[in-house]
Order: sequence, then structure tokens, then C-alpha cells
Amino acid sequence: MSALTGTTLLARLVLRRDQIRLAVWIVGTPLLGYALAGSVAGVYPVQEARLGYATTSASSLVARAFNGPIHGTDLGAVVVAETYVTLALIVALLSTFAVTRHTRQNEETGRAELLGASVVGRYAPLTAALLVTVAANALAAVLLAVALVGAGLPLAGSVAAAAAIGGVGVAFTAIAAVTAQLSVTSRGANSLAAAAVGLSFVLRAAGDVFGSQSADGTQVRSAWPSWISPLGWGNQVRAFDGERWWVLALPAALLLAGVALAYTLAERRDQGAGLIAPRRGPATGARQLLSPAGLAWRMQRGALLGWAVGVAVLGFSMGVAADEFNDMIDANPAAAEAINAMGGGAGLVKSYLAAMLALFALTIGAYVVQALLRVRADEADGVLEAALATAVSRTRWLGTQVLAAVLGAVALLLLAGVTTGLGYGVVTGDPLGQAVELGGAALLRLPALLVVAGVVTAIFGLLPRWSVVLSWTTLLVFLLLGQLGAVLELPQAALNVSPYTHVPAVPAVDPAALPLVVLAAVAAALLAVGVAAFRHRDVPS
Amino acid sequence: MPVISITNLVKKFGVIRALDGLDLHVEQGEVHGFLGPNGSGKSTTIRILLGLLRRDSGDAQVLGADPWRDAVRLHRRLAYVPGDVSLWPNLTGGQAIDLLGQLRGGLDRRRRDELLHRFDLDPTRRCRTYSKGNRQKVAIVAAFSSPVELYVLDEPTSGLDPLMEAVFQDEVRRIKEAGSTVLLSSHVLAEVEALCDRVSIIREGRTVESGTLAELRHLTRTAVTVETARPVSGLDALPGVHNLHEADGRIHLEVDPAHLDELLGQLIRFGVRALTSTPPTLEQLFLRHYGGDPAAATTGADAPAASVPAADAQALQGGAR
Ligand SMILES: Nc1ncnc2c1ncn2[C@@H]1O[C@H](COP(=O)(O)OP(=O)(O)OP(=O)(O)O)[C@@H](O)[C@H]1O
Ligand SMILES: [Mg+2]
Repeated sequence: MSALTGTTLLARLVLRRDQIRLAVWIVGTPLLGYALAGSVAGVYPVQEARLGYATTSASSLVARAFNGPIHGTDLGAVVVAETYVTLALIVALLSTFAVTRHTRQNEETGRAELLGASVVGRYAPLTAALLVTVAANALAAVLLAVALVGAGLPLAGSVAAAAAIGGVGVAFTAIAAVTAQLSVTSRGANSLAAAAVGLSFVLRAAGDVFGSQSADGTQVRSAWPSWISPLGWGNQVRAFDGERWWVLALPAALLLAGVALAYTLAERRDQGAGLIAPRRGPATGARQLLSPAGLAWRMQRGALLGWAVGVAVLGFSMGVAADEFNDMIDANPAAAEAINAMGGGAGLVKSYLAAMLALFALTIGAYVVQALLRVRADEADGVLEAALATAVSRTRWLGTQVLAAVLGAVALLLLAGVTTGLGYGVVTGDPLGQAVELGGAALLRLPALLVVAGVVTAIFGLLPRWSVVLSWTTLLVFLLLGQLGAVLELPQAALNVSPYTHVPAVPAVDPAALPLVVLAAVAAALLAVGVAAFRHRDVPS
Repeated sequence: MPVISITNLVKKFGVIRALDGLDLHVEQGEVHGFLGPNGSGKSTTIRILLGLLRRDSGDAQVLGADPWRDAVRLHRRLAYVPGDVSLWPNLTGGQAIDLLGQLRGGLDRRRRDELLHRFDLDPTRRCRTYSKGNRQKVAIVAAFSSPVELYVLDEPTSGLDPLMEAVFQDEVRRIKEAGSTVLLSSHVLAEVEALCDRVSIIREGRTVESGTLAELRHLTRTAVTVETARPVSGLDALPGVHNLHEADGRIHLEVDPAHLDELLGQLIRFGVRALTSTPPTLEQLFLRHYGGDPAAATTGADAPAASVPAADAQALQGGAR
């Protein structure tokens, strides 16, 4: 029996298990690309408008950090600048989750063991997962190219842009193949790969921020850190700006290297084991562990620490970057005026800071979702049953989990505000004052996060089997409404669905109590529904 | 007052009727065997007794209280070993035991340490690194460390080696001596025979038999092989005799225990040379209830024909061991 025996069979199994996910991915990303391209074309129909956009984007460090380097004034270049990061992040995460799901998660649940005992070679599961994920990326890229051409963009640039995004997916497929070998749990494997996505984002942002502006002011040439980031490679293809096709060899090379490394690692470890040998632990439970709250803290603290480090680093750098606006007002009054108007005219820096805090609030929503979904994971693998057979009520159990997630969110929000304030304060000479002000402003976002917690709790109570899918979908919808709602020119009614829409953009505007109170009330109602439903349903179900 | 009292319990999962009018009565201080084929509804019943699942209809009382409404109060007085133990993967076995004990309202430390020693369990290993048997031991130690009135054990020894099985049986006896009640769902018939005062057998969500093992035995036929000096006649006319046939000059038959006397009276007249009488094994008893159609099983001795021929039963019994 060869090490690859059964690969086709397993690949078919993956396709069957994931047919809906894959269909959404393969059709959804091109559709999103099509919609975005269409609306960008609507917003910047003429050369003059695009010239303004390109010069502003090229000179703004913030735009470079978040949208990547702008490559000229072609409509395609503007479309890429507006959509690349979003689409690239989506395919990066989708690829990561898909690989982990069909490798490490199977081992963790013992499904792989069942398969491994049948006629299946040692490398077959990994190979099957990689084949399907790479094929999904390829197919999505082809459809995306068609969609961009359909939106009226030139053929070569469309193909290059779509291939660049597919390349990002392929690169993270390779990275996930390796992280799936390292960690014993699928959660750990996903976290490692997601950390790699985060690191790539930071490297790319740094490379683009430190890059140079071309003489005509409409192009950015990235510095070297972008070249060591798989997310950055996509930009370096320079779609719609004299495509550099050879850059596409980078993700392909990473795929080969990653697969080789993953096979080597798989060869050296046992089924179900990681590369890090398990350590022994305490023989008795410390007093502070032995309660629902103690347990919740114990289960959350690792993730919370990781998030805290990420938020602090990002917050501080965003804060430092804020000062560039003060320079920009001097250097380029016209561009400054434009951004100022977009931010509601409250002053450029404050608009920027408010936008950063809004972004943090959205991101920390992912922490809340992930923390709360632990209850569902516990239910699915049977731990919840054991816990609820003790003298702990369902209300107390679920309430503790919600409280832990919310306290984690409060800590992260505060940290985001304080570090952003410190970063901004360090360059302007008032670290303490800014830290206090922005820390307070960040906490005003809490009601939106309470609503997120309420939605997840309600889903867990009412539709437990759909918890994971529905919770993440909800957050994704909030994210898309917040980030792309304006670009897509969605009606206000649609934007109003997201709780984030209703949070006052402090410090750009004055705080208002009413929306926050209403959000808190909505959150309380959702939580009450979730807890009541949980109290009345079967466990496990 | 019975510790567990269930009458006419019904539980549906969508269209599946997992429990279909189940009855179960467990008296104070007894070890009650809870048996039935796979998927017959044992775990479902136990989950209802723990207030984890909601019953659709029927009545269920545990320690005099409603398991759904009074779940938390009841759980201080009982301990549970799930059929499929899963634990917090990143806690050690020792931490998991202490956590479960503390959530239940406290455990006896001396007993806990003694049980760890007796079950030969290393409490410093992470739960994710335990074998199935060791995970099972964690749950057993966690349950037995708490001095409670009722122990609900769902296939607690699946995955335990014979040495540990013996330790488990010892510990159950100890619990019983202390006056606690045990509901023991199990597929290990030797264990049931060794421990249980009474058993209930269920099939397809319904109770088909309940009583002491001796009572159940009475409902099952004895196999008799006899060699006589003269050809026998008139046996088929006797009441309670079934499956009569002759092979190699011997007569094989099955007889209801109540009619054994009449059979012997008849046989003696033909000059008995050799006679073996095999009382029903536990396996035969259960196979009769597990296999075939439920109607035949419930009527026990009055069934028109044994649902499982003796020879097949023996073969299955050999395979099961
Ligand atoms: N959550 C559920 N959803 C749907 N059907 C279920 C669910 N739980 C149990 N069932 C069904 O109810 C029936 C009884 O299952 P149960 O687990 O109680 O059997 P059991 O007697 O414990 O079996 P075993 O000896 O294999 O442990 C089975 O047909 C099972 O498929
Ligand atoms: Mg069961």
C-alpha cells in the first residue's frame, strides 16, 4: 500500500462533507468581487476622480497600511486597492480553516483513526485536504477573473488580480498544512495559522508604509517587508500596472515547500500527536480552578493573552501613525480636506482615531464569538453533559461563560483604546491624557459587543447545531456592512442591521447615551432569550 | 419510597420514539442492572433522570423529586458516570476529578486518593493524553469520591481491563454497603450477575422484563439431554416441553422450570442412563430478550418457541466472551 492510497476516496469525502461551504466560497468571493468592482466604478467613474483617489492613497500611510500600495489611476488599480485586502483575508482564512478541518480536526475527533485503519495511506488525508483546498482556490480565482472582466475591467489585469488573490489562498493552504502538524488541537492549529495571517498583514502593512511614492504621486513601491509576507505578494503582482506574472511563482513555491515540510513532519509524528511532547501537570485542582468561573478563566486565558498582545501592538502602531495626519494637513491641504469631509469634518486625526476604534471593536467581536462558541464545542464533545450533571444550574453555567467573554472584551477594548492613545500621545507629547481619553472612547463600543454576545447566546439556545456557522456569519455580515457598506452604497436600513452602525464615532463626534442604552437593551433581550431557550432544551442536542 | 420511579416514559427525537412507555423502579439500597440492546434507550433514560433531556410524557421521579425541575438540588445527591467520557483536554486527570467533585458540592479527599491508587490512575497526565480506559477511570473516581445517595453509571466499565473490572466491582459493593443506591447500565453480563440485586431489561424504548436474576431465570427454559434404556414416548404430550428431538440415540428438549418435575416423572419409567440438565445461562436469558420479536420475549416461558435456538445461543455466548 502506498502512502497515498485512498487519496481520491478521501477527497470525495471532503467534497461531500463540505459541498455547501465550498460552493459559498467558490461562488461567493467572485460575487463579492463583482459587486465591489461595480460600485468602485460607480464612485470613481472618471480619470480626475481616480487621480485624486490615487494621490491621496499613495500619500496616506494609513491607506497604505490598510489597503496596500496603490498602483496608478486605472480603474482596475482602484478596484484592487479597495478590495484586495478584504478578499485576500477571506480566502486566507477560508483556506486555513478548510485544511485544519480535514486534517487535524479529524485526528482530534478520532475520525482519522477510523479511516487510517482502512485502506488509506499515511499521507492520503493531508493530500486530499490540500487537493480540495487548492482546487477551490483555483476555481474561485477563475470565476473572480470572469467576474472582473464582466465588471468591465481589462482581461490581463483581471486575470492577474484574481490569480494574486488565489495565490494568497494557496500560500495559506501551505502554511495551514504545516500548523496542522504542529498543534494537537484543531483550535491550536487554526490559531497558529491565523497568527501567521496576522503577522503577514503586519509585515505587508509595514512594507507598504515604509515604501516610496513614485514621482507622479500615484504609485507606491513597497519596501522589503512586503516581500516576506504572502499577503504582500498579491500586491507585488501589480495587476493593471504592467503585470509581473513571475511573482505568482512565490505562492506556488511556498506551496511546494509547505507540503514537503508537512509531509516530513507527518512522517515523524504519531497519529493524533503533535510535535510538542505533552507535559505533566498538577495532580490536584487549585481552589481557584474549581468553579464555573475559574474554569472559564482557565479556558480563556491563553486566547485572551494572545489577543491582548496583538491588540496592544496594533493599537500602539496605529496611534503612532495617527500623527501623520497633522503633517498631511500641512503638506497636502486638499487631500486633507477630502478625508476630513469623509470623517464628518470633525478633524482629521479624530476621524482616523474613531475609525481605528471601530475597527478594533469589530475585531474584538471575533474574540467574543470564539470565546462563547466554546460552550457549544463543550456540548458537542460531551463535556457539557458531565458539567450539567453536577450541582450547577444551566443559567449559572451559561451566564458565567457570557460574563467571561464580555469581561475579556472589556479588557481588550480598554487595551486597544489605551495603547492607541499612548502611541498617539507619545508623538504628540501627552501619552497619559490620550490614553485616558481613547480608553474611555473605546469602552463606548462595548454595547455593540454585548449585542454580538447576545446574538451568539440566542443562537446557542435556539439553534444549537447551527451555532458555529450562524455566529460567524452574523459577525461577517456586521464586518462587511461596516467596511464595505459605504463602498457598496447600501441603503441605511441595511447598515442599521449592524450594532456597530449605531455606536457614536467618539472621539470624532460627541458621545450620545441613547443609542448605547438601546443597544444594551437589545443585548439584554437577546441574552435573556438565549438563556431561557437553553434552560428549556435538551442537552446535548 | 423508591429511589427511581419511572412510569410510561416517552421521549421522541423528531420522528424516532427513543422511549416508548418505559417503566423503571429502583429501590433504596439496591444495585439495579439496566440492560438492553444497543439503541434501546438506556442512555436516553439516564439523561432524563439527570434532567439533561426533557421527557415528552410519562412520569419520572428521582429521590422523590422531578429530575427536570429540581435538577440542581438533585445533583448534589447523585453522581454520574457518562457512557462516553469526554473531559477538558487541557486539564490533568486530577484537576478534572477535583473540578467535577467540587461542582457537585465537594468530595472526600481521602477516598479520592485511595481510589486513584486502587484504579492505578496517574492524575498528573493531561486528559487529552489518556486512553479510553483511563478516561473512564477519571469519571469513575470522580463519581465514587463523592459520598452521595445515588450513583448513575452508564456503561462505566467499557474499556476497563479485567483487573480494573474487579476493582470496580469491589467499589460498587462498598458503596452498596454504605447504603447508597446504584443504577448500572451495562453490556457486561458477568458484571451484572456479580453485582445486581435486580435487573430491568428494555427493548425499543420499552421495559420487557424486570426482577431479580432468580426470577428471570424462572421464566426461561432448562435444556435437558437424556439417554434412556428403552425408547421414550409421550413426552410431546407433557406440558411445558419444547423443541423435542432425537439425535445419536439421545433425546434433546427444553422444559419450563415449572414443569421439570412432570418431565422427570415421565422419563424415569424408561430407565434413565444419563441425564444432563443445563439451567439457562444469563446470556441465553438476555439473548431471548434482546433478539427476536418483542412480543415473544415479554411472554417469557409461554412463548410458542424459543426465539433463539439453544445451539445459536451457545455460539453467540462463546463469541461474546
Ligand atoms: N440526540 C438524539 N437525536 C436523535 N436520536 C437520538 C438522540 N439520542 C439518542 N437517539 C436515538 O434514541 C435511541 C436510543 O438511544 P440510546 O443512546 O438511549 O441507546 P442506548 O440504549 O444507550 O444504546 P447503547 O447500548 O448503544 O449505549 C437510538 O435509536 C438513538 O439513535
Ligand atoms: Mg448508551
